[in-house]
Amino acid sequence: MKPAEQEATAAKEEYMVGPVDDVPERDGLLVDVAGETEVGIFKVDGTLYAYENRCVHQGGPVCAGVLLGKTEQHLDAGGRVLSEDLDDSRLRLVCPWHGWEYDITTGRVAHDARYRLRPVELTVRDGYLYVVV
Amino acid sequence: MDDTARRASVLPGRTQEHMLVNAERERDRRGLDDVFIVDCDSHLYETNSFPEIVRRVRNRNIRRPLETMSAEYIQGFMIPQSIGDRSVGGRLPISQMQHVIDASDMHPIAATTLHSMDSMGIDYTILFPTPMLNLGLTPQIEIEIELGHAFNSWLLDDVLPCSDRLLTMPYLPLGDPDACMQYIEDFAGRAGVVGFMITAVRYEPFHRNQYMKVFAALNERSMPIAFHSGPNWFDRPFTILGRFLGVHALGFPFYAMTHLTNVVLSGLPERFPNIKWIYMEAGEAWVPFCIARLDNEYKQRSAEAPLLQRLPSEYIRDMYFTTQPFEEHENSAHTRAMIDIMNGTQSLLYASDYPHPDFDTPAIIWDQRCLDEREKRAILGDNARALFDLPGRVAVPGGSPARAS
Repeated sequence: MKPAEQEATAAKEEYMVGPVDDVPERDGLLVDVAGETEVGIFKVDGTLYAYENRCVHQGGPVCAGVLLGKTEQHLDAGGRVLSEDLDDSRLRLVCPWHGWEYDITTGRVAHDARYRLRPVELTVRDGYLYVVV
Repeated sequence: MDDTARRASVLPGRTQEHMLVNAERERDRRGLDDVFIVDCDSHLYETNSFPEIVRRVRNRNIRRPLETMSAEYIQGFMIPQSIGDRSVGGRLPISQMQHVIDASDMHPIAATTLHSMDSMGIDYTILFPTPMLNLGLTPQIEIEIELGHAFNSWLLDDVLPCSDRLLTMPYLPLGDPDACMQYIEDFAGRAGVVGFMITAVRYEPFHRNQYMKVFAALNERSMPIAFHSGPNWFDRPFTILGRFLGVHALGFPFYAMTHLTNVVLSGLPERFPNIKWIYMEAGEAWVPFCIARLDNEYKQRSAEAPLLQRLPSEYIRDMYFTTQPFEEHENSAHTRAMIDIMNGTQSLLYASDYPHPDFDTPAIIWDQRCLDEREKRAILGDNARALFDLPGRVAVPGGSPARAS
């Protein structure tokens, strides 16, 4: 496993997405920026997160994937599985190509925190959301 | 609102135009359009084409009922099923994995496949079915023989003629050696045929004498033969596994290992030296294991494999293995060791397995730090070019030359 190559941008520019309230809670938007790159913008508990739409595995469109809670198994004192459920307080972004999962709040790979999605800077001005790439 | 600001475009539904938009970007980042790439194992979903396929069934008493069935009924009740949730609980959008192209000038399966190939920078692809990979499990041998023949005929008559870039290895119904002989007679010389395929999830002890005429016919024609692997949760050893992850991980290499072991220990490479043996969709991590394990056993029990003139490992290193799923080690030196043990720079054949959900794009090979550029090109296409005697580079995104008549 290795991170997908990450190209440095020479100079950053702002691109307006739209009203910040258009980002749905516990979901997100996928935006195309100048035909050059795509950015996924997500809102969880009122906080915005943005990442380049490029999985560190094979470059898949991770930000087009589903957001689901982490799967948890609950054991009793004897080690028996009592139940299995989704922990909705720990949302995972899942790449639709191969299922690699990311912590939505950090962009880090769920099974190996050394690797992470490339975060994208956001600014909000006068109620409008901008990505800075 | 800043009216002078540059605008980003919101993609409706948080979806791209198609599932391989990012593959096009990764292709361009690496300049893969300038690399000769052969996808030695890709798939089509034949379900929607069952009406076209069953019309080609030769036996009227089998064709007639099949023509009364819906495609879903044929897939669900006439072909054995391979159970297990490929979608990982809905996380992978299986039905949207491939962008279906409804072209006016060619079969939609050809147009769809060519679009996917162009997106990944692939020059040639070798196409295989999907549900019919389980056809070898039907206890109704006449259904296997007739549906397999009809599928091959349909693919070769209606789909492959749309482009020289589309190839196949026709299905062989190994359970009936006489039928196999007819298949070889009917399909071996057809345009686009680069060998024959045996589904690996099946149970014929093909080292027995009644099967030798099949291998002799392939040997006479110097035709490669591929064992295409898969999982089978119903198989007894796998019924102890509670999750599909385990069945998926072990099933594919299990059947590949079983068939490879049988090929080697029964001395088939000695009997039929012109056959090139290929193992598909089982990855490669199992091959070094088989090399070490079979050599060790053979040294202690060589009397049980009297036809062998060399160690099992030497036969295995002359065989071919498709790369998908490429099992990359965390330490690239370990990946290199795996490749070296199996003579992989000469024996590995890139495969995407697209549009199945554990597909690999060519970047998986191109990004291997343990390979130099010549080795990457060998695995991505040059090994296949030599094996299948393919002409040079043909792929031009947006252009799909028709097969010359």
